[in-house]
Amino acid sequence: MRELLPLSLLGGVIGLDVVCFPQMMYSRPLVAATVAGAFVGDAERGLLVGVVLELIAIATLPFGASRYPEWGSAAVVGGAIAATLGADRAGTVTIGVLVALATAWVGGWTLVKLRQWNAWLARRRRPALDAGARGAVIGLQLAGLTSDLARAAALTAAGYGLLFPLARYASSAWTFSGPLSRSVVMTLAAAVAASAAWTIFHSARGSRWYFAGGLVVGLLLLLAR
Amino acid sequence: MTVRAMPQTTPAPGAAPSIPSWTWVAIFTRMLAIQGAWNYETLLGNGIGFCVEPALRYLPGGPHGAAFKAAMARESAYFNAHPYLAAVAVGALARAELSGVPPERIERFRTALSGPLGSVGDRLVWAGWLPFASLVALAAFGLGVRPLVVVGIFLVLYNAGHVALRVWGLRVGWTHGLAVAPSLGNPLLRRGPAHLARAAAAAAGVALPLASARVLAGGPTILASVLAGAALLSIVLIRLHGRLEGYKLALVLIALFALISVAR
Repeated sequence: MRELLPLSLLGGVIGLDVVCFPQMMYSRPLVAATVAGAFVGDAERGLLVGVVLELIAIATLPFGASRYPEWGSAAVVGGAIAATLGADRAGTVTIGVLVALATAWVGGWTLVKLRQWNAWLARRRRPALDAGARGAVIGLQLAGLTSDLARAAALTAAGYGLLFPLARYASSAWTFSGPLSRSVVMTLAAAVAASAAWTIFHSARGSRWYFAGGLVVGLLLLLAR
Repeated sequence: MTVRAMPQTTPAPGAAPSIPSWTWVAIFTRMLAIQGAWNYETLLGNGIGFCVEPALRYLPGGPHGAAFKAAMARESAYFNAHPYLAAVAVGALARAELSGVPPERIERFRTALSGPLGSVGDRLVWAGWLPFASLVALAAFGLGVRPLVVVGIFLVLYNAGHVALRVWGLRVGWTHGLAVAPSLGNPLLRRGPAHLARAAAAAAGVALPLASARVLAGGPTILASVLAGAALLSIVLIRLHGRLEGYKLALVLIALFALISVAR
């Protein structure tokens, strides 16, 4: 567990990107899980987890004040656990995706709590804000950023610390084959992504034909390889 | 450097006050943290005040003057917008404050602007550019590109649009001040979401079989089974839209699968 502290810091920085700073989307699972995997020595395994999570994450876009899972820290936990468990075991990608999904769910709840915390801080500083105090505005902003960094780091630490022993046990007791394990997660991820694509894009005229055309191109590229 | 704030009572663009380059850098950098204090009561309000603050220092009396404090109080009140397109508001509000536009006009402008900046940004970025960039990177993954190159493709593509949108927003807001509304009729903002939706739909079609094939690393039979299963399940998810979240379904089913695998 020597990697817990640096992973928590990584999760903190990546989790901060989800909402607060700088929203360059390195918190997307595709990036975060790959970086976490590379961090513990297996970028390829992290990427596999990241790809599956990215497909699922397309369905939960961060619209306005809606509640959504926190994919950044969660992908760090999932990518790191899958990469640490190693490539020679059948269920590592499945387990990595599972722990990431669980962490993302809890992470969504922590984001709600963070927003309530920010509101509480703002209420306390209301007189100063109404008076136009520069220090109050900047102080609130810095407090929010610091709280989010701490939230994401703590979430990563808790996620990795609690779930890694379980994941290691599950990996050692895993009985399904690698192909079956991957098939199950990939079926689910592709289904979630396809339904999300329909939900998001179907209102644009002709989008179903673009999807069908893309599908034909994708299948032809597969046949050509 | 001092700025000559030019009082004016109309929102129409006149001669813009000048602001030193480093102040623009400060404003842009702060915009990256505009959601730092996001909360359910003032939403983006504190972030707007935080971003505009470097410009407001050039109001008469400086950062300790009455004009600065009144402007800070106004700009830190409730505001809602997409975080990237909030740059339009930041630029326009900075311009209005430095131009001495009456407070009630600024407050009306803030109220009127916050809805459109939210909905346009959501459609353009969250429902358009982000999934498009993500699906392009997934297609690249499916074509066998190396991990860090996949990550690079996504980050470069996504942030080219992201940074350009913030820079455009800040510039157009500052240029037009309170008369910025027509700029939101820019073809990119009006027709962009529909074009992006079609492009992202095509990218989804390309990416799904390619990415599935690389993750599965199996033969055509496995791939065909997975794609067929996914197609059927996606129809169920579409029909249950609004009643069932895909990631929660995936969590429950993968947890059950793992339990069976470990316990049997």
